[in-house]
Amino acid sequence: MKVEALTWLVLFLPLLAAGIITLFTLRNKAVSATLSIGAIVTGFVLTLAVIKFGGWDARELSVNWLSIGSLNVDFGLKLDALSLMMLLIVTGVGSAIHIYSYGYMRDDPGFSRFFACMSLFTFSMLGIVLANNFLQMFIFWELVGVSSYLLIGFWFEKPSAADAAKKAFITNRLGDLGFILGILIIFTALGSLNFTVLESGNSIAALGGMATLGGLLVFCGAIGKSAQFPLHVWLPDAMEGPTPVSALIHAATMVAAGVYMLCRVFFIFTPDALTVISWIGGITALLAALIAVQQNDIKRILAYSTLSQLGYMVMGVGLTAPEAGMFHLTTHAFFKALLFLGAGSVIIALHHEQDIWKMGGLRKKMPVTFWTFMVGTLALAGVWPLSGFFSKDAILAAAHENNLLLFILGVAVAALTTFYMFRLVFVAFLGDRRTGVAPVSDSKEAAQAGDESMRQARRLSYEPHESPGVVIWPLRILAVASVVGGVIGIEALFGGMFKPDAAHPHGLLAQLVYPFQHAPVAALSGLAAFAVGLFAAWKLYANAKTDPLPDKLGALSRAMANRFYFDEIYEATVIRIHDAIAAIADWIDRWIIEGFCIGLVRGGTDLTGRALRLVQTGNLQTYAFLFVLGVAVVLWFVLGK
Amino acid sequence: MNVGLEHYLVVSALLFALGLLGVITRRNLLVLYMSLELMLNSANLALVSFSRFNDNLNGQVMVFFIITVAAAEVAVGLALIVALYRKRQTAHVEDLTSMKL
Amino acid sequence: MVTDILFYVFAIATLVFGALVVANPFSRNPVTSAMFLVLTIISMAGLFVLLHAFFLAAVQVLVYAGAVMVLFLFVIMLLDLKEEEQRKIKKTGLVAGLVSVGAIVAIFIRSLLASEPSRGLGDPQLEGSTFALGKLLFTDYLLPFEIVSLLLLVAMVGVILLSKKDLK
Repeated sequence: MKVEALTWLVLFLPLLAAGIITLFTLRNKAVSATLSIGAIVTGFVLTLAVIKFGGWDARELSVNWLSIGSLNVDFGLKLDALSLMMLLIVTGVGSAIHIYSYGYMRDDPGFSRFFACMSLFTFSMLGIVLANNFLQMFIFWELVGVSSYLLIGFWFEKPSAADAAKKAFITNRLGDLGFILGILIIFTALGSLNFTVLESGNSIAALGGMATLGGLLVFCGAIGKSAQFPLHVWLPDAMEGPTPVSALIHAATMVAAGVYMLCRVFFIFTPDALTVISWIGGITALLAALIAVQQNDIKRILAYSTLSQLGYMVMGVGLTAPEAGMFHLTTHAFFKALLFLGAGSVIIALHHEQDIWKMGGLRKKMPVTFWTFMVGTLALAGVWPLSGFFSKDAILAAAHENNLLLFILGVAVAALTTFYMFRLVFVAFLGDRRTGVAPVSDSKEAAQAGDESMRQARRLSYEPHESPGVVIWPLRILAVASVVGGVIGIEALFGGMFKPDAAHPHGLLAQLVYPFQHAPVAALSGLAAFAVGLFAAWKLYANAKTDPLPDKLGALSRAMANRFYFDEIYEATVIRIHDAIAAIADWIDRWIIEGFCIGLVRGGTDLTGRALRLVQTGNLQTYAFLFVLGVAVVLWFVLGK
Repeated sequence: MNVGLEHYLVVSALLFALGLLGVITRRNLLVLYMSLELMLNSANLALVSFSRFNDNLNGQVMVFFIITVAAAEVAVGLALIVALYRKRQTAHVEDLTSMKL
Repeated sequence: MVTDILFYVFAIATLVFGALVVANPFSRNPVTSAMFLVLTIISMAGLFVLLHAFFLAAVQVLVYAGAVMVLFLFVIMLLDLKEEEQRKIKKTGLVAGLVSVGAIVAIFIRSLLASEPSRGLGDPQLEGSTFALGKLLFTDYLLPFEIVSLLLLVAMVGVILLSKKDLK
């Protein structure tokens, strides 16, 4: 048996774990956690084995799954540099997050359920990564949607969490509608769903006029899953889920699925479609960065930061540099997972306090958390030689080559990124511990204020301290990955796959200096943006007791804090229209379907029943008469014919 | 014209029809029963004539059985009618509509 | 020739008496019907004789005209059915009866007309003698014969049970 067959195990072990936990071990926390963590860690080890013994070469395993007429659907595994690397990210970062969850969720009554959902999610995510055809990918795509619904709404007794889960699910559905339409267009035109077949055939030419439309519809799926503008609204709300979920789903893996899918099917995008994709990505990056500047909830800041970075990745793909997008995805998975887990560490230390203005001075209380968080921040801000610098630079370089406007936008976003991240660091970790209450920025937080005041007393008398080892160690591991992620050959790996002709740096030193040789303007602009952002943040927040920005920026700041009123706009337009349609549908259902169609059938049956009841006279001779008539009819046919 | 099978069958058929008419029109359970006997007898007649004209005794054996079963049936049926009459004070089919829900 | 005339005599007698059983224009008394039924059965026994089924003719008279009809008369006497005579036959019932009888008769006639004429067994040799019938009954039909005897026993027990006053 070839070593690739192990990939089947990687895929199905989490499903097995989820099944066993759900069916048998819901009562036993330790066993559930062991199963779930064991499944994903084994998956990670097996993936390493597959890479070690099988290499990065593209290959495919599949079994025939459906065969209906001309439709042949395989259930297959596509292994190449892209999917193997993604496999490593999902299982590797996933492992760290699973272990971390063991500490984070320790006291939660839904502990086993949590791990079952996590395993289910891992399974679905691996399915997307390994899919070798559109249909399989779509199925796992939906499975990811379901499991993320379960995880976001994990604390379903909290109305805000339940709402966020629904919002995420429904928003994703919108994108998925486009996705499946795109898949149908491609299948109609090309008659196959298999990626390899589609790639080897000249799919853009075969699609003809539909190519741009098909590509954009497929991109719709990525818009939903990767939370791009204008469907980005679900991601910040998804922070209602437990923090490890935020790290796993909304930083490292699920949202990356959209970008991954774009890279996987990169060959179907026409230049026009790519332009749209790059602009959507750029706009998302800028908007999210602006919004992040005025958020006060630590997880929301990170959520908008994620959005912004996803915008980067999508922009990279749109700028015909999928290798840069994937590179950034990889490094981002490291440092964003790190940041989320760090945030989670802070949050448990502070008894579920998430407002950065109520933190402060955490550096001394939680040194490990602080330093790892700092590493994550620097990597995200793009400081040489941390991983973020290289991947961001790759995208900026691509922008510089292709589209100057997007390049400027990208640099601006880089500056904003540095600014909001250091705002977070300055306010939450440095400075003195604040006891005053910061202005309530979020209407949702205000709504929760009820039980908040209960905890308040306890919180004030409580000294934050460092988190336990099971929480700290994943942070350390991820911190190391964030530092070296840029120079261990990931870029060359993706580059070799998407652009085999171009030269790619090999060797540690070559990689360290590659950005400056290859695209000095981009690299220097990135560093300059970091400097500007850091300076601005230091100036404004180094010793701030409250946020100075609202006074300076006025209305703009309010708009940022309120997320540019996207939710309100959607509320006023989309949801209104939706309600109207629902009302019409309700009317049709109530009067036409229920009243007319069903009523007719029901009334007809009723009338027939009443009429037939008259036949049941109870009179013996009527029965005899009818019986004889029946006999006569039968005889007529038997004897006559 | 020689009397053949058809003649007997016509008599049988007419007798059957008469019995049927009685079963459907008469209201008295006893008369109903007699009409039933008529129908049975018409069947007997047909069987005997078939037997005769086919040179086969099996038909007559069958008639023998029919007569026996009919005797048993009459006995039980009349007993039922008597029991019914005791309960309902009627032997009239129109008054016996308890089969109607 | 004589047998032909006798056939017509007995056939007409059977049908007329049968009609009087079902619908007697003069009397609707069940006793009258019963008496005409006796006559019908006796005429039919004549037909049986014409068919050389002597044993059956005898059984017919003995069982029907003797036993069964006595039973009928007993029951009629037992039940006081004077009131029943008053009831008229309903028009709807009559129409229904005529329709169904008409339908059945039409089908009979149709199939009789459609079938080919009998294969000229003008002078059948079969004799339904007691000896022959008895031999058949006790050889080929032994099992049904015994079962029928059992049936008669069951019927007897059932009737005794049914006629008990406090029926549970």
